Parts: sequence; structure tokens; C-alpha cells
Amino acid sequence: MTIKEHYDVVVIGSGPGGLAAAISAKKNGAQDVLIIERDIEPGGILLQCIHNGFGVEVFKQDLPGPSYAQRFINEAYQVGVDFLLDTMVLEITRDHRITATSKRYGFLTIQAKAVVLAMGCRERTRAQVRLPGTRPAGVYTAGTAQRWVNVEGYMPGKNFVILGSGDIGMIMARRLTFEGAKVERVLEVMPYLSGLTRNYVQCLMDFDIELQLKHTVKNIIGKKRVEAIEAVAVDDKWNYIPGTEEIIPCDTLLLSVGLIPENELSRQAGVLIDPVTAGPFVDDGFQTNIPGIYSAGNVVHVYDLVDWVTEAGLIAGKSAARLVQNGPQPDAKTIAVKAGENVRYVVPHTLNPDHLADGEIRIQMRVRQPIEAPVWVEVRSGEKLLHRKGEPYARPGEMVTIPLKPALMDEVKAAGELTVAIVKR
Amino acid sequence: MAKISENVICVTCPKGCTLIVTRDGQTVIDVENGCKRGKDYAQQELTDPRRMVASSVRLKGGLHPLLPVYTSAPFPKPRIPELLSVLRQVEVKTPVSLDQVILENVLDTGINIQSSREMKEVVE
Repeated sequence: MTIKEHYDVVVIGSGPGGLAAAISAKKNGAQDVLIIERDIEPGGILLQCIHNGFGVEVFKQDLPGPSYAQRFINEAYQVGVDFLLDTMVLEITRDHRITATSKRYGFLTIQAKAVVLAMGCRERTRAQVRLPGTRPAGVYTAGTAQRWVNVEGYMPGKNFVILGSGDIGMIMARRLTFEGAKVERVLEVMPYLSGLTRNYVQCLMDFDIELQLKHTVKNIIGKKRVEAIEAVAVDDKWNYIPGTEEIIPCDTLLLSVGLIPENELSRQAGVLIDPVTAGPFVDDGFQTNIPGIYSAGNVVHVYDLVDWVTEAGLIAGKSAARLVQNGPQPDAKTIAVKAGENVRYVVPHTLNPDHLADGEIRIQMRVRQPIEAPVWVEVRSGEKLLHRKGEPYARPGEMVTIPLKPALMDEVKAAGELTVAIVKR
Repeated sequence: MAKISENVICVTCPKGCTLIVTRDGQTVIDVENGCKRGKDYAQQELTDPRRMVASSVRLKGGLHPLLPVYTSAPFPKPRIPELLSVLRQVEVKTPVSLDQVILENVLDTGINIQSSREMKEVVE
């Protein structure tokens, strides 16, 4: 394959967001679409997520991660998306020039009419949660361990403690148990689970792995290799509760303490980042503040289901294709969407009410405080309630979606800005 | 027999609904808070709990030394350790296609073990 100097749409990253964006751009009329991927094969992190649970929304099937990815990889090749693998993007400019380096092609400069950022997210590390103690071998992020166990065929240890009840941590607890390791404990500093409830059931409860909420690691013990960790209970302000310390012998500590959108390239291009999501400010077509630069998937905010990442990619790819075909549109009146009562953040940050003519716009948010009782998810314009939807409960680990229907177009147009809230019914 | 009411978390889909299951011994009488699949899950969980199982087998001639595999249907929970011992003995060669059957009717359960991805032959 020869790499051209000009492309209609260049997508950075070939995970589920990037694959969906590229396929969608192509299907919506973009001629030349290229995906640049730093790994030696397309698929992204799905390739190491060999567990089931993917595709329930998109395919109405319960698929393993690699199967889910394979469907989109095949489709991307089929519709004629070009792939530039084993290639690292170094810089993207605000006028869509991409510089990259590749073992095979050397230093590359590519000009795109539109760019879709789909770099995904990165795990929070030991340094970012400031864990005290020595610095022995045997402290890894859960995703690193997942890559070793599921793709490269290495076991990182025999006796594990996992800090954080994120989905990857719980899924790794089960996976390591399958491979003969012992998971001594899962510790979670928050008073609630940070991953999905189903993963607590099928990954921890099924294998009698103990979860301790409001607990953290006070100390990592060991010189060359982890020998034990000291666990401790914490109060609501995360202060250690004296006298609750417990030494848990283990040789490995896995961290599943959150994911952060990976936006170094976005920042270089001048893309503005929301400090709460750590991802770009986006409109309902996933365009960032820089015209012609879109973003899709976990690079925008961390989703809990891949199906929603795919959906976001499809929207971003379609928006990019439209820009390529129609050119920039005159400034439309956009409306801000703000996080209100008990909502930590909301995406998209702005929306164009005219787009409701093409179909519903989905507003996605995370609740600030869990409510274990029926709730209303409300969309308000000032004091006025525009739309609401009931949910049986609201948990920070599970994203909440409320669709704005086309019928609401006039009311949304009349609104100065929209506020979303999650309140007890 | 006395009727018992208990909470069961459904693992059928990522929603993870908390089902309120009323049962008489092994028979489910009523399920609140769930969809049709949740009702089936509650009965199944009581009499014959099953889980989808995903793991890996050794692979020769591919980009990676492992091939991810999964069960074609939910697998009896008590027999999962037995299944994992069987998978440890398996080695396959590339090329492998998506959903290729790696083991048929494993442990006489009527369930197949199939490949989670395609793996091409790597030519050096």
C-alpha cells in the first residue's frame, strides 16, 4: 500500500471508536479514509479484553472483545479504509497536518481535510494515586497484566491484591483465578463499587474473592519484589482509620484505579479539554473547538460499554464526512448543555437544535452521588422541565443516557441553555 | 414449603438489574425488576447456574503465542475448573478464523469452544 499525502479523513487510533469513525466516514461519502495505529495490528484494547460482555447493544449478542473488534476490522477493510499500522503520530496541527513516524515508511507528513481523534484512554498509575512504600517489582496496572496474561502469555505473579473495583480489576481477578493464581483481596477506597455490578457477581462472588469497600493500600512492603501490602480502612474523607491496618502477604499488586482520556495530541492541536472528563469539549457531532477536528470514544470521556463507543465513533465519522463534502457550515446557533444537580459531567457540551431534524440526540452523563432508589433524569431549560426519564437507580459506575427526541426541537431552540439533573423520584 | 423472597443480581446483560425473586424451593414463582431474560436467568441460576467462559489456548505460527477462545453458550458453573484444565492441554496452529470450532462438544456438554478472533499465519 502506498500512503498518500492527502486524505479526506484521517482517524488516529484503531480501537472501537476509531474503527467506527472510519467506517462511518467512508459510508457517508468520504473518499479517502486512513486509520493510523501505533500497534502492529488494528483493534486496540479490545484485543486483550478476551472476556465476554461486548456487543449486547450493537449486535444483541454477548461477544468477547476480540470478536467484537474483528467484526469492525473486517468491515473497515471491506469498505476500503486504509490502515497505517505500527506508526506513531507525533503531532497534529489545527489545520489538520499530521506528522508521524513508522519503521516501514519513515517520517511521514499527511494533510487531512478532517481528523478524528480516537486515541482512547490510559490507566492511572501508582504515581498518580501516590501509593506509599518501597518500589519493588510486582506493582502493575490491571490493563498491563491483562495484556501479559491474555496476549503475550506471561503470568505476572501468584498471589494478588487488587486496588480498585474498576471493571478491568474485577475481570482480571477472575482471569488470574482461571490461570491458577490466588486473588487475596480487592480493595476499593470509595463506599461503592466503581465498576459494573454484574462484574462483581460473575468475577468476584462466583470465586469467593473478598471485596472491601472504604479500604486502601497504606504501604507496599518488599525490597526486590512485593512481599505484602498493608491495607487500611478509610473514613469518608479517605483518612486512614488507626487500628484497622492489616498485612496481606502477596507478590503482586494490581491497580484498577481509573482511566484518563489520552489527549496529548489533542492539546498540541489546540483542542480545549474539559477538566472534569479530561477529554475535549464536543458538540453533538463530536466536533471539538477546532473546526474539522472530531473526537470519538474514550478519548472524550470514559465509557463503561464499548457499544456506546462505537455509536460515538459512527456519529463522529458521519460529521467528518459531511464537513469534507459540504465544507464548513455557517455558524449555527448552538446551545450549551450543563451538568446540574447531582450530575458530575455531561456530553455533548453543546448541541445544534437543527440537528434534531435528523434524529434524536443522546445526552450522556455520570451521576455525582449514587442514589439506590428510583430517580428522574431531567433536562431543564432554566426552571422549566423539558423532558425527563425514569431509571431504577443511579450509580457513578454506570453512565446515564437520555435521548432528546426530534419533537423537542422547538423547545430546545427556544432554550438559552440546557441543564441536566438526576434527582430522587 | 415456605415461600422465600431474595435479591438476585442478573448478569445477563451489562444493566445488572437487581431481581427480586420469590421462590418455593427450586421453583421460581415471581420475579420483579427485570426483563424476560431476567426471569429465565433467575430460574436457571437456581437449578443449573451457567456462565460464558473466555480463556486462551496455545497457538503456533501466529502474531501472538495465545489464541483467545470462548464457549459457544453459557457453561455449567461447577464444571468451569474442569473446562480450564482441558483448555490447558490444547495447542492450535495458524491460520485460525473467527468462530472456528477449536473443541467440539467439550466434556460432553454439547457446548463448543470457539476462536474469538482470526489469526493469520505469520510468514517470516
